[in-house]
Amino acid sequence: MDLFGEKRILTVSQLTSLIRGVLEENFEHVWVEGEISNLAMPSSGHLYFTLKDAGAQLRCVMFRASTRALKFKPRDGMGLIVRGRLTVYDQRGDYQLLAEYLEPKGLGALQMAFIQLKERLAKEGLFAEEHKKPLPRLPRRIGIVTSATGAAIHDILNVLNRRFANLEILLYPVRVQGEGAAAEIAGAIRDFNRLAAADVLIVGRGGGSLEDLWAFNEEVVARAIHQSRIPVISAVGHEVDFTIADFVADLRAPTPSAAAELVVRSKGELATEVDSLVHRLRQVMEHRLAEFQGELQLLSRSLKDPTLLLGHLSQRVDDLAARLTLALRGGEERPSQRLQFLVNRLRLQNPGVEVERGRELLLGLENRAERAVWRRMDSAREGVAVSAGKLEALSPLSTLARGYAIANRLPDGAVIRESGQLMAGDRLSLRFFRGTALCHVESCKD
Amino acid sequence: MAVEKFETSLKKLEEVVRKLEGGELSLEDSLKAFEEGVRQAAFCNKKLNEAEQRVEMLLKQKDGSFGRVPFKLDDE
Repeated sequence: MDLFGEKRILTVSQLTSLIRGVLEENFEHVWVEGEISNLAMPSSGHLYFTLKDAGAQLRCVMFRASTRALKFKPRDGMGLIVRGRLTVYDQRGDYQLLAEYLEPKGLGALQMAFIQLKERLAKEGLFAEEHKKPLPRLPRRIGIVTSATGAAIHDILNVLNRRFANLEILLYPVRVQGEGAAAEIAGAIRDFNRLAAADVLIVGRGGGSLEDLWAFNEEVVARAIHQSRIPVISAVGHEVDFTIADFVADLRAPTPSAAAELVVRSKGELATEVDSLVHRLRQVMEHRLAEFQGELQLLSRSLKDPTLLLGHLSQRVDDLAARLTLALRGGEERPSQRLQFLVNRLRLQNPGVEVERGRELLLGLENRAERAVWRRMDSAREGVAVSAGKLEALSPLSTLARGYAIANRLPDGAVIRESGQLMAGDRLSLRFFRGTALCHVESCKD
Repeated sequence: MAVEKFETSLKKLEEVVRKLEGGELSLEDSLKAFEEGVRQAAFCNKKLNEAEQRVEMLLKQKDGSFGRVPFKLDDE
């Protein structure tokens, strides 16, 4: 077409349309980088902005259909790489870039999305410590949200089988990557809550690339974890990087196996705690009984003292009476009749006689009291023997059978709960399910 | 829930042991406390060993209800 060869007059619309044709044909697929300015997103949902660098500006528009695929939110000042095609906005005579895909310059789009969502949820308080629920101390039923065919369930079951954990495991199979995975994961967490089907949840998957793990960075999953009344352990197999799910979860395990270990360990700790309490209970009772026995012996010995005391008293009375007679005799060669009479009466009144009678009474009482106390002690000892028998049947043995051992320091027999109770050179007796071993402590560490 | 009862029981056991270790109780009360401790310990152990290892899969039915089927790993 030769526009200039003869005097051919075009309308503005015609010219614009021609220009548009040229641009659209030649700039159908371009990548361009620049900085965003004049960003606007009216209610239509389309995105308008200007892309600029030091020397030029380019108007851009991104239609709503394309913005939906955006993982991050563009902001003024942000460096962008844009893919699109050029077109002309006829009414204004502006040419513009019709953007189809944006990515933040420097960071990948996913990384940008991750950072932005993390900031937003943190500001909302979803990661706050006070929302973290403690894990149940005695977990009975573990809910697991992961793929039925992935590495995660495999690893978790391996740990639990190895540890004979006596736990019920309820797997809720979901897709853990790709379109729709996030919604399935979130739905499973909500279903577990609705059914109250578990007392702790493990939500996760085996390792993978950032794209593979993406479902665990989605807002729906974060919200579902946040709203869960059942405590959630996140277990996305990626030791180094955190996912959004990790931040919201009540506890983060670096891998699915680690999550299983956490659950099992809490149960093992409980069993140890009960065992150690049973041990203390026994020891303190034996100790108390020995104390009571000692006290009793002391008491029954001191019961005899009053009779001795009374014995001394009556002796003294005799003595005094004798000295009185002697004194009277010595003082006057012939005591008057009256005096002799008084002395005789005094003799008759000798408290020693009363004391003798009292002593007999006391001895009888003492014997009865002593017998009663010993009877009580005997029945107490029987009671303890019966209860101790029950204890014997309790867990220490079954625990020992599981491979635990009890360490007693020698010679005092103190149970060792922490290495701080020991010093190098101490001797220990280790009690196993069958038999014991004598050990020397070589060194201690915390 | 059974879990809470376990925790209560464990707490009672702890209290009993602490009370006994305080050494203030009479012989009579010591014995009572000891028996109580034995009872709580037995309960705790029972609860600890109660659950069976069981692995199931939760399957959502078309009507929105849930069914459970035993779950096995492929390589087992």
